[in-house]
Amino acid sequence: MRRSAFRRSRGDGPFRFASTGAGVVLLAIMAAIGVFLVVKAVPALQANTSHFATEPTWQPNATEPVFGIGALAFGTVLSSLLALVIATPVAVGVALFISHYAPRRLASVLGYVVDLLAAVPSVVYGLWGVTFLVPFMLGPSKFLNDYLGWIPLFGGDTVVGKSMLTASLVLAIMILPIIAAISREVFLQAPKMQEEAALALGATRWEMIRMSVLPFGRPGVISAAMLGLGRAMGETIAVALIFPATFTISFRILGPYGNSIAANIANGFGEATEVGRGALIASGLVLFLITLLVNMAARFVIARRKEYARAAA
Amino acid sequence: MKYAGRLAAATIAGVLSLAACGTDDNTSTAGGTSSAAAPVQGDDTVKGTINAAGSSAQANAIAEWKKNFQSSNPGVSINYNPSGSGAGVQAFIQGTVAFAGSDSALNDEKGEPAQADARCKTGKAINLPMVTGPVAVVYNLPGVDGLQLSPKTIAGIFNSKITKWDDPAIKADNPDAKLPSTAIQAFHRSDESGTSDNFTKFLKATADADWPYEPAKAWPAEAQGQGAKGSDGIASSIKSTEGAVSYVELSFAENSQLQKAKVANGAGEYVELTPESAGKTVEAAEIAGTGNDLKLKIDYATKAAGAYPIVLVTYEITCEKGLAAEDAKLVKSFLGYTASDEGQQALTSLGYAPLPSSLLTKVRGAVEAIA
Repeated sequence: MRRSAFRRSRGDGPFRFASTGAGVVLLAIMAAIGVFLVVKAVPALQANTSHFATEPTWQPNATEPVFGIGALAFGTVLSSLLALVIATPVAVGVALFISHYAPRRLASVLGYVVDLLAAVPSVVYGLWGVTFLVPFMLGPSKFLNDYLGWIPLFGGDTVVGKSMLTASLVLAIMILPIIAAISREVFLQAPKMQEEAALALGATRWEMIRMSVLPFGRPGVISAAMLGLGRAMGETIAVALIFPATFTISFRILGPYGNSIAANIANGFGEATEVGRGALIASGLVLFLITLLVNMAARFVIARRKEYARAAA
Repeated sequence: MKYAGRLAAATIAGVLSLAACGTDDNTSTAGGTSSAAAPVQGDDTVKGTINAAGSSAQANAIAEWKKNFQSSNPGVSINYNPSGSGAGVQAFIQGTVAFAGSDSALNDEKGEPAQADARCKTGKAINLPMVTGPVAVVYNLPGVDGLQLSPKTIAGIFNSKITKWDDPAIKADNPDAKLPSTAIQAFHRSDESGTSDNFTKFLKATADADWPYEPAKAWPAEAQGQGAKGSDGIASSIKSTEGAVSYVELSFAENSQLQKAKVANGAGEYVELTPESAGKTVEAAEIAGTGNDLKLKIDYATKAAGAYPIVLVTYEITCEKGLAAEDAKLVKSFLGYTASDEGQQALTSLGYAPLPSSLLTKVRGAVEAIA
């Protein structure tokens, strides 16, 4: 190894060129996507006769186009956050069971099943959601509304199956395997020495996990959750099938409210005119920005956690 | 994420084409025998490929026609991409398809006729009404069959002003029915659709005071209600939700065996939806186009006896003159078949209504003139 460090192989130049090229191409593609979105969006935004941020409707194909992103962005963020809140604890539990509790043979089968779940196309989840979960959720939703209606989230007079809650549940099921799979990998990396030391000191298995596995895995779980959040926000067809596609901003997750940017694009693209397409692309640009912000926030959190973990170690 | 999206799109396409296959299969016996008994008239020398795109409302009709036409003209292949009316018209204007299927005629306000005329170079673009798709008002109320609704009541329901099934307005329309106090759940299309466009045109034309919104392919957000994606989404939502009401093409209402309301026409007569009662409204429509452009102006408040007022007429948009010679021959031959008696008759089993004969004669004349 040391010997070859100073010798220049014939392959070095081309390899360096190829890898630099790949990096440059990636950046160029990202920039091109950004430019494309902006170029297509600007004429539509100029044609908009109302306020893009607040207008509670989406009629860009009318002779006087009116459309606003507010309700869509709100629905995207709320449904994704709800999905994350529902999915993360379950996913961490699944991951811990596979990595530290299950017998080895069961663990490998379970791990395989979790990976398989991640590969199910989203339209399948959507169709299952709309044919089974939507009618099914009517009962539990009514129950929540009757007995926990004093919590604003579950309040409201109308309770329907096609609600924000149902969409978030489907999203949660969709992102669960991603979070579980990555968390499992991270938990398996936890230093065996520390685990054994904890057990040797008389800790129970749960105490051992709390003291050595969870602190070690925290940055990994956070980045897994962020990946899941990204998928939830970009998820299109499953939520397009389930959301009632209204433009009301409401926290009442049992009522007939809810829509998302991606779902709106799926619903509107087929019949869109020139301005309509521009408007949808503008909404795509907003989604791009929201995703970017979330990813940056996640990186920031992970970087801080890592330093903290290193300092503690 | 991107791959997941693409995968989803591919899967959707798969599911849709499967659905289309399913529809074909249901009716293949009817279509098969009819085409065997009466071979489609056609020129044996027609060969080549027709590319077309547009309205998904007529996708099943085109699929049936395509099957019959190709079996009698083995040299022809027809590709119809049900990408939506707007996309179809755009593709036609850009010259990538020989004809477009559309739920509405070329729109003057958007300058479409001029753009389409430019595409046709030497000739002009024409709208040919070809498929009548009646729109049913469907509901789910066990024990209440044959519900009668006036346009005013329908507007109130879909505008979220009437919220219970035993509302006085509904009682007034149905003096004899026993109506439950169930809450009304009004569903609409969450995707943009020609069906919504026609339904809201009907409401605007017949119940102006109770429907203050402009007709559009996108459902007006102020009217509230719940959205469901696609006609199949509407049908399954109605099927699974007691107290639900919506509007959907007749074929979907029949395939899912939904309850259909009788709708009052301009004369105040409550009419049940059948292909014949829908045809009467088309027959009463006036032709707004000139020459061979047969753009129709449907009178949603028609007073014709026995006419069911909510109908969707979809057009084939093509060039009267100015298509490439090869395309013109194929399009003329194919549209000649679709406007023929057996072409129109093949549609009734699919939930469409045949065009009335007076209009059909004009359509045939216009197809003859394609060159």
